[in-house]
Amino acid sequence: MQCIHNGFGLELLKEDLPGPAYAQRFIEEMLSLGVEALLNTMVMDITPNRHLFVSSKAHGYVEIEARAIVLAMGCRERTRSQIRIPGMRPNGVYTAGTAQRWVNVEGYMPSKNVVILGSGDIGMIMARRLTFEGAKVERVLEIQSYLSGLSRNLVQCLQDYNIPLQLNHTVKRIMGKNRVEAVEAVQVDEKWNFIPGTEEIIPCDTLLLSVGLIPENELSRKAGVKLDPITGGPYVDETFQTNVPGIFAAGNVVHVYDLVDWVSEAGFEAGKRAAQYAISLRNAEARYIPLKAGKNVRYVVPHKLDKSTLAQEDIRLQMRVTQPIEQPVWVEVHDGENLVTRKPEKYVRPGEMVTVKLRAKNYADVSKANGLTIDINPR
Amino acid sequence: MAEEVNLICTACPQGCTLTAVIENGEVIEVLGYNCKKGIAYGIEEIKDPRRMVATTVKVKNGFHPLVPVYTDKPVPKPLIPKVLEEVRKVELTAPVKVNTVVLENVLDTGVNVITSRDMPTKA
Ligand SMILES: Cc1cc2nc3c(=O)[nH]c(=O)nc-3n(C[C@H](O)[C@H](O)[C@H](O)COP(=O)(O)OP(=O)(O)OC[C@H]3O[C@@H](n4cnc5c(N)ncnc54)[C@H](O)[C@@H]3O)c2cc1C
Ligand code: SF4
Repeated sequence: MQCIHNGFGLELLKEDLPGPAYAQRFIEEMLSLGVEALLNTMVMDITPNRHLFVSSKAHGYVEIEARAIVLAMGCRERTRSQIRIPGMRPNGVYTAGTAQRWVNVEGYMPSKNVVILGSGDIGMIMARRLTFEGAKVERVLEIQSYLSGLSRNLVQCLQDYNIPLQLNHTVKRIMGKNRVEAVEAVQVDEKWNFIPGTEEIIPCDTLLLSVGLIPENELSRKAGVKLDPITGGPYVDETFQTNVPGIFAAGNVVHVYDLVDWVSEAGFEAGKRAAQYAISLRNAEARYIPLKAGKNVRYVVPHKLDKSTLAQEDIRLQMRVTQPIEQPVWVEVHDGENLVTRKPEKYVRPGEMVTVKLRAKNYADVSKANGLTIDINPR
Repeated sequence: MAEEVNLICTACPQGCTLTAVIENGEVIEVLGYNCKKGIAYGIEEIKDPRRMVATTVKVKNGFHPLVPVYTDKPVPKPLIPKVLEEVRKVELTAPVKVNTVVLENVLDTGVNVITSRDMPTKA
């Protein structure tokens, strides 16, 4: 929503839309399908058996039991502490994404003179954006020998506004006590060592960092999802399923994308597969019904049965009674309302196991049941 | 005498490197494109470069203080600062719907400036 620039949807929708307009299309589609969304809500924890712990102001603390989950937490920006720039710790060093939110959403202008470290897309887009809002962007410095964002952004964000880009350059030191006053730029060799004598002091009040994105995977780790050390995201198969059955992942949480269109496509696939997973799990769950110990029955083995088995073969139920009954009884299997089958016994005693068979001919009755109970009643 | 100018096509994210061959101020050939859009881009970029412009306008009583807006077609590059000036004068009142025209035919370019999202009122 803060990415107000154009360039979204060129591949998927064949239109050149700003970020919010692209998102709005999918929001409307989602609402028209009746999908429920909990906004301003944070997932705190996910367990490997797909239990979610969720918290928000509007709904409080909620626990959700899911048959399938798609992880789509996106990524977060690298910060100053992750790239270790020496020097003072003045106000005025921000990640490009933070500045983007201030300028585009909240309506604050963070700077007058800016140096941008890193030639990522957000950095270049912010160079143009801050220029539009009246700031002077002094320089974009990139430590690598090539651009890290898209070439089209070099043209339409930097070259159009005569903003200089220096490859093989980085920030050696940040100067200023309360507020950034200048940065010391320096050229680097191919091993990223500073080249002495190439230092240059660039006066500025702000340093923006556009130095990479890291997939956001704290939750994935808690859910037992294995991560690839190279991408920083989960290992996935072609259905975007992670190593944890029923947990899928799509988008920047898996690896950092440059185009939202491919993120959407990955989302479609992961969503479809997650839905298939949930449906087959539900069908499997529905095939199974529990066997409950009723009147004068202590327990029944098996505890549950797969109804489809009964279509092919008999199933023997074994149980022990709670109290001895020294007179003729019925061992009755019912579904809560209707009797499915019964068997006479001359007497029952806790020391002697009781059995009753469900037969293939009972399948019609059993297939409609949500559970079976066994009672022992005097004849 | 033919002159060659190197360009990067911005018509899609592939960013092909193009070479425009210019003779007597006319583009006579475009090289290096991966699709036909590249030819059109090469010619336009030399004769009449245009860009999509995205910025924000103020909104009163909105969920956020700004609404993002963009031009529904690319505008001539030299006019961008003037377009921004015009847009800066606009102030809306929430609620605002997506695709609302906030400036019609800005600076007689035939281009409209429209909103790119819904902006509900402050909760
Ligand atoms: C600066 C920048 C410019 C870009 N420009 C373009 C462009 O011009 N064209 C283009 O096609 N693509 C562009 N992209 C790429 C594209 O926008 C991204 O790849 C895409 O938005 C990623 O989508 P996502 O759903 O994976 O992640 P995101 O869009 O980041 O969404 C992740 C969501 O998960 C939420 N979340 C995270 N953790 C939790 C939690 N614990 N509980 C609840 N919610 C949580 C976050 O709040 C967020 O809303 C750009 C990307 C960047 C960074
Ligand atoms: S020439 Fe075609 S493929 Fe290449 S960048 Fe331009 S539009 Fe894209």
